[in-house]
Amino acid sequence: MDDKALALRRITVIILSHLALVVVWQLFVTLDKVPAFVMPTPLATVATLSQANYRWLDNTVVTAAEIFGGYLLAVGVGVSLAMLFSWWRGFETAAMPLLVTLNMIPKVALGPLIIVWFKYGIGPNILIAFAIGFFPVVLTASRGLREVEPELLDLVRSIRGSRWQLFTKIQLPGALPYIFSGMKVAAILAVAGAVVGEFLGSDRGLGYLMLQVQVALDTAAMFMAVILISLIGMTLYAMVVLLERLLVVRDARLD
Amino acid sequence: MAPPFIRLDGVRKTYRRARTEHLAISEASFDVGSGELVSLVGPSGCGKTTILRMLAGLTAPDSGILRIGTDAERFDPARDVGMVFQQPLLLKWRRVLANVLLPAEILGLPIAASRARARDLLDMVGLAGCEDKYPYELSGGMQQRAAIARALIHDPKLILMDEPFAALDALTREKMNLELLRIWRESRKTILFVTHGIQEAVFLATRVVVLTAGPARMADNFEVALPHPRTLEMKTHEAFGNYVRRLYRLLGMA
Repeated sequence: MDDKALALRRITVIILSHLALVVVWQLFVTLDKVPAFVMPTPLATVATLSQANYRWLDNTVVTAAEIFGGYLLAVGVGVSLAMLFSWWRGFETAAMPLLVTLNMIPKVALGPLIIVWFKYGIGPNILIAFAIGFFPVVLTASRGLREVEPELLDLVRSIRGSRWQLFTKIQLPGALPYIFSGMKVAAILAVAGAVVGEFLGSDRGLGYLMLQVQVALDTAAMFMAVILISLIGMTLYAMVVLLERLLVVRDARLD
Repeated sequence: MAPPFIRLDGVRKTYRRARTEHLAISEASFDVGSGELVSLVGPSGCGKTTILRMLAGLTAPDSGILRIGTDAERFDPARDVGMVFQQPLLLKWRRVLANVLLPAEILGLPIAASRARARDLLDMVGLAGCEDKYPYELSGGMQQRAAIARALIHDPKLILMDEPFAALDALTREKMNLELLRIWRESRKTILFVTHGIQEAVFLATRVVVLTAGPARMADNFEVALPHPRTLEMKTHEAFGNYVRRLYRLLGMA
């Protein structure tokens, strides 16, 4: 079987397993006569999209903006800080233990504080998503930038290569697989961060909507919100994986 | 008589770490003529790599004389050194041709001419047609060939090789020995070749320099008067056997 046929088969299996989950869900609810306020059917879940007063599109855009904003901030600041570390070892020595300690803080617990400091809204939620996604990026990126074979360093130095050449030609491309593995973890965490932010205090977004419909026991709408949040997360994750495929040679990829 | 291309005279090197001092080389003195292929043999940790690093300008001797180049053959420390290590250390994300070009890029050599030269070199090391492959698509021996081409791209006068074939299987290693001799004849480089392999040391070299266990001290320095081009068949000759015996004795193994 050639590569194309194999890929096609894999995709078919993926689609079928997801469809199977939906079918099991539908059967479970109808055969077991589960009340709709406990668990709606897949069809009822999708049907809530017609509820105009839930403002699905607006809320989805808000949540997506928080997730992507917090994520980009986490990747940008994380990678920049890791670069700074690799250029200035003294700074890394001083700052790294601090980062490790700060990483121990459950970032979700910072939510109420962030809301006290910055009020509620998209901005603070971006900050919470950033705070939770930032650590894996900075930790993996600085690890990757450190991983240079000493002999390769000798090779560059023997022909008097500059620090900048070492960085652009060897360190940074060599660190990319590490950076991407951190970015994948961060993508998942950023979604959680944004939604927690919306739970804690917000007047827009899918997390906010979930709290609103919870009061009315509109479980179908809650299901739909969870599905939409997951879809945003999957889109982000897929973009990262795609970017990795474009930038990192197969052999160099981690995991 | 013309002065040698490389002269080490009473070179001594100590590494200082925190409060301990480690004497790596207590006394190394030998000459390497232009165009020679000299094997540097000795037990592990005897400072052979330190000698290569000093020749590459990566660390300086504490005392003694280390001079490379002559009036007739100038040596530019910034661009006349090519290095090959035990591991090929190719960049995984670069295709073979781009890997070979790395030193040329760092030195800022004209890119079109370097690309043409890289193709010629890949041809010479037997990797024609592999230009666009990634390192993971090559065997260990082929990767090391690419590493040799990389060491030659900027046309350095001196090639430093640190156990380049030690990680290869025995058959590939023999093949690479013959290849290296051919490359050496064609490129007319001066090569310093560090090895643990006693047969390899004799088979390749015009001269063998032997060091004792650390701290390194000179044990012997002799010419290998076997004719060129060398053939594997020579390994069965008595003259070859005599050199090998001499080395085993020096290293206290016979």
